Amino acid sequence: MTAHIFSVLVEDSPGVLSRVTGLFSRRGFNIESLAVGHCEQPDTSRITIVVTGNDVQIEQVKKQLNKLIEVIKVLDISESEHVERELALMKVRAGPGEARSEVMQIAGIFRAKIIDVGSDTLVVEVTGDSGKIAAIEDLLKPYGVLELVRTGKIALQRGSATVSSGR
Amino acid sequence: MKSGAQILIEGLTEQGVDIIFGYPGGVVLPIYDELYDADIRHILVRHEQAAIHAADGYARASGKTGVCLATSGPGACNLVTGLATAYMDSIPVVAITGQVPTSLLGNDAFQESDITGITMPVTKHNYLVTDARDLKRIIREAFHIASTGRKGPVLIDLPKDVCTSMVPDVDGPDEQPRLRGYKPKYQGHSKMIQRAVDLLLQAKRPVIYAGGGVISSDASAELVALAEKMCMPVTTTLMGLGCIPTDHPLNLGMLGMHGTEYANYAITESDLLFSIGVRFDDRVTGKIEAFAPQAKIIHIDIDPAEIGKNKQPDVPIVGDAKSVLSDILKKIPESCPHPEWSEKVAMWKKNHPLRYTSDGKLHPQFVIKTLADVLGEKGIIVSEVGQNQMWTAQWFKFTRPRQWISSGGLGTMGYGFPASMGVHFACPDQPVFVLAGDGSFQMNIQELGTVAQYNIPVKVIVLNNQYLGMVRQWQQLFYERRYSYTELPEVHFERIAKAYGIEAATVRNASDVEAAIRTALAHPGPYVLDVRVEREENVFPMVPAGANISEMIVGHHTEHEEE
Repeated sequence: MTAHIFSVLVEDSPGVLSRVTGLFSRRGFNIESLAVGHCEQPDTSRITIVVTGNDVQIEQVKKQLNKLIEVIKVLDISESEHVERELALMKVRAGPGEARSEVMQIAGIFRAKIIDVGSDTLVVEVTGDSGKIAAIEDLLKPYGVLELVRTGKIALQRGSATVSSGR
Repeated sequence: MKSGAQILIEGLTEQGVDIIFGYPGGVVLPIYDELYDADIRHILVRHEQAAIHAADGYARASGKTGVCLATSGPGACNLVTGLATAYMDSIPVVAITGQVPTSLLGNDAFQESDITGITMPVTKHNYLVTDARDLKRIIREAFHIASTGRKGPVLIDLPKDVCTSMVPDVDGPDEQPRLRGYKPKYQGHSKMIQRAVDLLLQAKRPVIYAGGGVISSDASAELVALAEKMCMPVTTTLMGLGCIPTDHPLNLGMLGMHGTEYANYAITESDLLFSIGVRFDDRVTGKIEAFAPQAKIIHIDIDPAEIGKNKQPDVPIVGDAKSVLSDILKKIPESCPHPEWSEKVAMWKKNHPLRYTSDGKLHPQFVIKTLADVLGEKGIIVSEVGQNQMWTAQWFKFTRPRQWISSGGLGTMGYGFPASMGVHFACPDQPVFVLAGDGSFQMNIQELGTVAQYNIPVKVIVLNNQYLGMVRQWQQLFYERRYSYTELPEVHFERIAKAYGIEAATVRNASDVEAAIRTALAHPGPYVLDVRVEREENVFPMVPAGANISEMIVGHHTEHEEE
């Protein structure tokens, strides 16, 4: 059971996301994360889906995705060299004083940004792979993480390979 | 300027649609108003489920795309079972549903249901049209998607205001739909085809396992040619019946749960399984690990997702059955006999034929055998689901593809009778017989109204045993005869039919069966034959669910054997 990152190019039409996600739940596959947005081609969106399963299941997910009429291309990016990122926003309890400066120091070490300061809280923006986000989350927990939101993983292959070129 | 409803009718005409099965309602009034003087025939059914089954039956018998029409909400929801039936068996159907006006969408309006949401898992694709200017393109795409690649149902949901809105006439050239994400592959990979040929030429005990894909791609002639060249016996799934004539010396009949003993033995002992247009369904394979345990597997299918889904093949070939078979045939040099294997298979066939007791009582198998004798090469056989279906699959003598119409994958009781109406319109010169049980027939019996109204000359043979027979059989064999809610009270189908103005008769003795069938066949209109069969007859052989297919329960018949 390993995590796979699927990069899925789809027609930019209403309902396409529910077709894709519906397929996963219907066939008993769990989506770990999902990110969707317009991509470099007109009328096309890219969905990045992280799914865990054995080889047979992953092969079946890929084939079933390909069967959807509005799915243009499916690539398992985790099969090749790739870069991946997630973005997370964390609202951390940090009133004036020591706590606030410690949180800001931790953020600095992780090259995270402080994007909002309230009377008792800071909002920290951090970008990185899942490990990095988990690490800063662990360090900030003792101060009190009031809210956390993350984008879901996005990924691209290294070098000149692209999903639409099929490599 | 044209209305959406006009564009719809023109689009259907452009696709060659000459018949629609439907049921009107509030939001489809604009479409029905256009149909009033269109060149498309409309058959008014008594329930929308019957409309889609009829469209499906039309598609199976003709090879063309069937079309049905229903109103929004309850009308559309009544199509769901029929869509699922067509989806499971890969049947090309286009279903058109009305929808509340776009301004009310999502508003819980009267007779509103989210039919594109509801049918997403049971359609190959579906559309909610929000602008009449898209309609022409969508109709072309829908028919293209339904009838190419792995065929299947497509639904088009049409809000009322889309039907009434007037838009500029965009009647451009008849261009092919451009779908970036849909490019079915017909031609098999040449390397894989060569590997399949190599395995075929090395095989000592080859068997063909053929299914609905062979019928769907009109590849029966090529299949039989390959079987004959290779002296390779052929077993078919329920959906594949008819792709080789029942009487052909290489035919082993159906395999699987109610397959013949010799087909299941041949699969189990084979060293090469040539699988084509099949999906290794659990009713076929039984315990999947023990299915064809000694065989190398070649799997040919137009749907890449079927390959490796249930059983990993040695040679996967994605492609159309007809195209791949033609390519393989070109590479098979001459005839390749397997005398030892042929002899072994012949021995199984001789020693383990299908059987039923011939004690003078009225056994359902005898009814089907008699029907086969009376019809000869004529006729199209439609079944309901359950014991009636399995006995017909086992005992009717099919001579050609598209002669056998039955709900395989979904196993939809209530499918057969309404489907037979579509079968008649697809093949008006053929006698059409429905083999039903008393349970199944009562699931869509209201269609007697439709066959009476249009004088659709289908003949229904009800194998009336006053049980939900197949479930009762399982209760007898696996639940210690605890017949929990499977007994049905006696129904006089003759009287029901006559109340609709349909000719009918009741048969209680085996000696009357042939004459009754001949009377039904000779009658110019619809006919219902209520045949009171032995109540606790079972379907044998039977492989218990999840067991190895070579371990069959064969029953205790001694007397009548197949010829």
